[in-house]
Amino acid sequence: MKVLVAVKRVIDYNVKVRVKPDNTGVDLANVKMAMNPFCEIAVEEAVRLKEKGIASEIVAVTIGPKVTQEQLRTALALGADRAIQVETDEEVQSLDAAKMLKAVVDKEEPNLVIMGKQSIDTDNNQTGQMLAQLAGMPQGTFASEVDVEGEKVKVTREIDGGLLTVSLNLPAVVTTDLRLNEPRYASLPNIMKAKKKPLETVSPADLGVEAAPRLKTLKVEEPQPRQPGIKVESVEELVDKLKNEAKVI
Amino acid sequence: MSTLVIADHNKGELTGSTLSVIAAAKAVGGDIDVLVAGKDIGSVAEQAAKAEGVSKVLAADNDAYGHQLAENLSLLIAELAKNYSHVMSSAGSVGKDTMPRVAALLDVAQVSEIMAVQSEDTFQRPIYAGNAIATVQSSDSIKVITVRTTSFDPVAAEGGSASIESVDSAHDAGISEFVSEELAESDRPDLASADIVISGGRGMQSGDNFRIIESVADLLGAAVGASRAAVDAGFVPNDMQVGQTGKIVAPNLYIAVGISGAIQHLAGMGESKVIVAINKDEDAPIFQVADYGLVADLFEAVPQLEQELKKVV
Repeated sequence: MKVLVAVKRVIDYNVKVRVKPDNTGVDLANVKMAMNPFCEIAVEEAVRLKEKGIASEIVAVTIGPKVTQEQLRTALALGADRAIQVETDEEVQSLDAAKMLKAVVDKEEPNLVIMGKQSIDTDNNQTGQMLAQLAGMPQGTFASEVDVEGEKVKVTREIDGGLLTVSLNLPAVVTTDLRLNEPRYASLPNIMKAKKKPLETVSPADLGVEAAPRLKTLKVEEPQPRQPGIKVESVEELVDKLKNEAKVI
Repeated sequence: MSTLVIADHNKGELTGSTLSVIAAAKAVGGDIDVLVAGKDIGSVAEQAAKAEGVSKVLAADNDAYGHQLAENLSLLIAELAKNYSHVMSSAGSVGKDTMPRVAALLDVAQVSEIMAVQSEDTFQRPIYAGNAIATVQSSDSIKVITVRTTSFDPVAAEGGSASIESVDSAHDAGISEFVSEELAESDRPDLASADIVISGGRGMQSGDNFRIIESVADLLGAAVGASRAAVDAGFVPNDMQVGQTGKIVAPNLYIAVGISGAIQHLAGMGESKVIVAINKDEDAPIFQVADYGLVADLFEAVPQLEQELKKVV
């Protein structure tokens, strides 16, 4: 079966985020960028399905400016067979991203789409679900276990109260949670090989989608800082402060 | 202007998060209706009808909604949504799963996890794990919104007298099925709404060692949480994870034990009123947000804490 994996370029998760002084956004100039951690888990899951002989081909897709090809090359180095870049310099919000991915799904006809549950920049947690709806597919969101069984996929999901397992008709969308797997690192030979793997570029217009942002960001601010606290010397002092100063016990 | 609030419920009980979503809907203004969808949800609908500020409860009692499958629930919500200017749910696992499908069906954007309402179309929401707060304005005719419930004080659970109307539409997309669930059984308060939370991190070293913080939790009537590191290490189950991608908590008192304080963890508990950190590493980032920090070996400090608390509570 064919697996489509969607990946996103985001600020590296170790980078300390700084808000721009003019409050128009977050400063991304000269900041280390990387594949969204949840997308790495998605690529890893696809590669494992291929290693088990369940997936026959893995196609990685991303949306963004030319530089996002770096993340596609990473996906190729990790084991994807070929890649598609939807190239645009415009802001692409979740609904438009889902529409573009839907157009890619129509063309590629994958049996399974795997993507991260959220990206660590906008923290929206939407695109996979929107894609599933637009493509008329069921979804297994926040997955911690994925088992393909014939024409169905069984997905164990991390929910508020614990775990919930669903059985989905294929084709389906799976969005990854943290404990689905532990992604591997790309080896140097694989990084070299990835440079020769096919990478196709299409425009949103080629896909028949025009980005139409519905949400306007008016302002981006630093959160209110907390008042600095104190160090206590002993457990007795801590309990005394909690009871008599903070009055929370 | 009117808002449809999607109720959260569990085992025949309306979940407290719903009352916070109603509070967010009140901040928007206009009439508020509540949709209760599920199987055998009569008593939940009655509880929702008593909540402050609710005009009408829509009760959709059908097998198709029994396990809150997003594929079915989204069709019902999108059908009803056409009568409203706003549709709101909590940013819990059902809301996160379902609402983006509703937005896609309506061809509108979703505003995720709002923490403040500035006007009927302008909202504040955290981005970059809460390291920045964005103010966003929606130009859609129907606004699909999930709510960070810890940011809104719940409305009163009693005192209202809304009418209850049953909704007959049965949407079964027929593409997904419930198989099984493993839910945590606990007599302790719910993590997301507890007044006091005590969480353990990698420093706990094992799941068994969580017993020492559970003893403190039971003394204080607190919920027990964990950092991602403790969950990833297999010490405790995923439903205990506090953080950017786990549960967001904002109790009156948060006690972090053996937690270093990664940005992703701070994103989940940084709004707590009082934060206590117990960690042997005095440079741990958790101390930067702690109101009271104690540099100590947790295996000595936590049992001592239990003894000291016994004297005062």
